[in-house]
Amino acid sequence: MYVAAKGGEKAIRNAHKLLAKRRRGNKNLPSVTLEQIASQLSLAVDRVMAEGSLYDTHLAALAIKQARGDLIEAIFLIRAFRTTLPRFGASQPLDTGDMLVRRRVSATFKDLPGGQLLGPTFDYTHRLLDTSLATADQAGEVDDQANAAPALSDAADAASKMPRVTDLIGAEGLIEASPVDAGGEPFDITRAPVSFPVDRATRLQTLARGDEGYLLALGYSTQRGYARSHPFVGEIRFGDVEVILDVPELGFPVSIGEVQVTECQMVNQFKGSAAEPPQFTRGYGLVFGQCERKAMSMALVERALRWQELGEEPGAPAQDEEFVLSHCDNVQATGFVEHLKLPHYVDFQAELDLVRRMRAEASGKPAADEMKEAAE
Amino acid sequence: MPNDSKNSSHHNEIAARQAALATLARARRDELESMLAHLAPLPVAGDLRPAEVGLVMLRGRTGGDGAPFNLGEATVSRAAIRVEGGATGFGYRLGRDVAAARHGALIDALWQDARRRDAVEAALAPVRARLATEARTVRAETAATKVDFFTLVRGED
Repeated sequence: MYVAAKGGEKAIRNAHKLLAKRRRGNKNLPSVTLEQIASQLSLAVDRVMAEGSLYDTHLAALAIKQARGDLIEAIFLIRAFRTTLPRFGASQPLDTGDMLVRRRVSATFKDLPGGQLLGPTFDYTHRLLDTSLATADQAGEVDDQANAAPALSDAADAASKMPRVTDLIGAEGLIEASPVDAGGEPFDITRAPVSFPVDRATRLQTLARGDEGYLLALGYSTQRGYARSHPFVGEIRFGDVEVILDVPELGFPVSIGEVQVTECQMVNQFKGSAAEPPQFTRGYGLVFGQCERKAMSMALVERALRWQELGEEPGAPAQDEEFVLSHCDNVQATGFVEHLKLPHYVDFQAELDLVRRMRAEASGKPAADEMKEAAE
Repeated sequence: MPNDSKNSSHHNEIAARQAALATLARARRDELESMLAHLAPLPVAGDLRPAEVGLVMLRGRTGGDGAPFNLGEATVSRAAIRVEGGATGFGYRLGRDVAAARHGALIDALWQDARRRDAVEAALAPVRARLATEARTVRAETAATKVDFFTLVRGED
């Protein structure tokens, strides 16, 4: 039961003033700018955009600053903001095959057309703290590769279109095809209540904005044997894709800019059936920004959720659609967990009375009426 | 056939306008301001619809090429203006810079004026050059991180 609590206005006001002061930190240091956050903490910005489900780097940077670096709080701020804006429409589906690729690797095909492009990755770093970054300004020490390798640009220009790995093995029929676009509008979890079971599009939308840590844990669980599906990274690619919007007043589509996304094509084990010969199956991950861990986790979980369609045995947590999808939103989760710290005095009073009565009944004595009340 | 050639020139005109709109959507506000300065004198223009910020739901495709799903939203600014004489211009761009969207709409209206089109195309050229350079730089930077497995062959005779 929820009962309004009154009072505390002055304390709340002062607490928020104190929050602002602590957020600002040491006043002898310059306030961090949104441009600094967006350009130097770009992976935090990407995570806030992905899980906030709103692509806007400047807003995500603002949210991170306001939230003092608490990313879930920042994601909450972004989700709240998006509810204030009207929706103009939906884009044409992004074409990840036509990406300005900034990174693209395959763990399954060494010599894929277009090559393995490591891009800006933490992979193969030694995970040793770099004390040179502790000095205030090391901008001059960054090797500007673009200037160092101008000769590459002509060759690079030629290879702008890079086929997806799944298209390459797909051509042999060894991998299942993507579900056919029947032309319908995909379900939108932000517009209509979800009732289970849901279709694959609904799962993908839910997972794309789901909590990275939660999906990482569930994805990991599938690798450890809870719904094992022998995954390989068919391909991970990260880069810029064009956003094309059909504009009714113009009568033709317009390209309105680029967004960065990470795509993961997980290639999993085959089973086959009476109707279909054995072939590789797939899990798909697509996330705003450079969020590779999230895209991979999403693809693992997405694959695990397809157990029924692929005739697999159920029983693992990552296969439980309702459980997985109902708990992956960190804004919902934090809202319900954190509301526990708000005043519950009246609820607790009722419980207190109950436990006293039970104890009194157990001991055979009447409950003492003069007990102090918990509620003020 | 006259009808076909008329259709095809209409298609070419739409394609050219789409290309201009795509460049305007990617132009920074300072670039749009300098374009407008170059295109002066400017006609009087009124808002057909006040410039505003809203959301567009970005969609992806299952598996990259399959059935669509809703990935997440993006902020979009849009503006619609009408210049004296009748042409209407539209500006749509990612982000929340409504002033830039309005500048884009005005330039789109100017582009539709056959007497001004060459000047607008010329003003778009530096933006196109910047965008091409940026993409080329990304490709070069990325190409420098290309793994060459053939260098891993052991150095035995």
